[in-house]
Amino acid sequence: MSETILFSIYIFVLAIFVGFEVITKVPPLLHTPLMSGSNAISGITIVGAILSAGLGHSTLGQVLGMLAVISATINVVGGFMVTDRMLEMFKKDKKKEAK
Amino acid sequence: MAVITNVVYLIASVLFILGLKKLGSPKTARQGNIYSMVGMLLAIVITLLDREIIDFTYIIAGLLIGSVIGAIAAKKVEMTQMPQMVALFNGFGGIASTFVAYAEFVNTKHMVGGTDVVVSLVLSLLIGSVTFTGSMIAFMKLQGWMTGRPIVFKGQVAFNGLLLVATVVLGWMFGMDTINGQTFLLAIIAIAAVLGVTSVIPIGGADMPVVISLLNSYSGLAAAATGFVLSNNVLIISGALVGASGIILTQIMCVAMNRSLANVLFAAVGTDSGGGASGGGEQRNVTRYTADDAAMIFENSESVIIVPGYGLAVAQAQHVMNELMQLLEKRGIKVRFAIHPVAGRMPGHMNVLLAEANVSYDKLVEMEAINDDFQSTDVALVVGANDVINPAARYKKDSPLYGMPILNVDQAERVMIIKRSLAAGFAGEDNELFYDDNTMMLFGDAKKMLTDIVKILKEE
Repeated sequence: MSETILFSIYIFVLAIFVGFEVITKVPPLLHTPLMSGSNAISGITIVGAILSAGLGHSTLGQVLGMLAVISATINVVGGFMVTDRMLEMFKKDKKKEAK
Repeated sequence: MAVITNVVYLIASVLFILGLKKLGSPKTARQGNIYSMVGMLLAIVITLLDREIIDFTYIIAGLLIGSVIGAIAAKKVEMTQMPQMVALFNGFGGIASTFVAYAEFVNTKHMVGGTDVVVSLVLSLLIGSVTFTGSMIAFMKLQGWMTGRPIVFKGQVAFNGLLLVATVVLGWMFGMDTINGQTFLLAIIAIAAVLGVTSVIPIGGADMPVVISLLNSYSGLAAAATGFVLSNNVLIISGALVGASGIILTQIMCVAMNRSLANVLFAAVGTDSGGGASGGGEQRNVTRYTADDAAMIFENSESVIIVPGYGLAVAQAQHVMNELMQLLEKRGIKVRFAIHPVAGRMPGHMNVLLAEANVSYDKLVEMEAINDDFQSTDVALVVGANDVINPAARYKKDSPLYGMPILNVDQAERVMIIKRSLAAGFAGEDNELFYDDNTMMLFGDAKKMLTDIVKILKEE
């Protein structure tokens, strides 16, 4: 096993733990935005997609890269926008304070 | 440059974590989403500045097409359709990982060698492809393009196991000769695509919250696997975060149904969503009540707990639901909503729906927090929910619902149930509550019935 992969595994395992810590604190109220928001985050593959599409090693690689850019961008743009749309709707009643 | 890129990726990772952390409260959640957006933007921009990129045509084309589709989808989608939307996005996440991993193989064929790269590559293609087709099936089930009923065939589990073994074998064969191994990789993608289909079709409509959560987790793991292929830490970290998130949600959903993940995935539980006659056979009498009766009861009550279910979403009745709540509150009646974790078709579905209708989020109460309050409540109004209130879950040992935590609506002074018919719920278990003397059955479409009640209350 190379050192690179060992290093990657380190990061992966630690990130899983961070994920568990952070996400168990999200209330059920927000579970739908959590899903769509984390979905947008998983669109981070866009970074790899951009490189594949732009490096120009082969046309096949570039076309695959472009398809990847399209799907990842749908994830990123759609995911963040719809999450924002949802979170905007979560409001607390202010009328009671006024009374 | 490589150093700067990695520092920016680190900043992006931190912003993602902070963004998720801020989702811990509805007050900070929107800001958290913006943190994540900024993180993503930084990661994209620094990648675009990479000096090795020689051709921007494909990148720009991809970004434009993806942005337009994503933006339109996000703007147009109805809140009732959020489950299928998320399913669709999970699928895109999965296929993006597959494309990137395969493109990386095409681009660096001659450098693929070590076992670690081979394993990451195979995993990335496998998970990505399963996520894609599995999500498409989930999407079609939720959208109603295919039956919500479980589709089973003989030896399904064994067949799926065989497919999985086949991918391992093919992966090993690929590892033997990576330069000429693309056939093996393509076969892995194809087999994984079949596996995605055959593993999701036996899962019924009401078990969708579990499946969507699980596919959400897969889409994260696919991204992480791709990160291993590219040795890219921001992919690994983000993928791990999303993977963890999906697993936690899956776990919560399973606990809320008192079923193991294996049972959800393999047992093919469920009749058609809300359809079909109940198993009993004997016809018991039920008194039909009208909107007038309901309005009269409301007039004389002091506290009401509303239990929304998937039927509320189907009927698109969330806005008139809010109207009814306002009218009741105007009369000094205390109104709250009791949200069962698996109400609806995805985690948190009911909350989003009611938030859309301007129901204040402090009125949306989780099951554990409200369950003891039913006994001191005048009216429990159930709208389009069934299994989550079925008392059979408490004692009937042979029922598929047995052991599932339910909302104690039967402890309320009176129970009002708005339902289209007497049909059994998704689990196929007859609900004795319908025949109880304390129960008022209001048959009809949820939206129409609520509108009628609202009309009467307004006139008085």
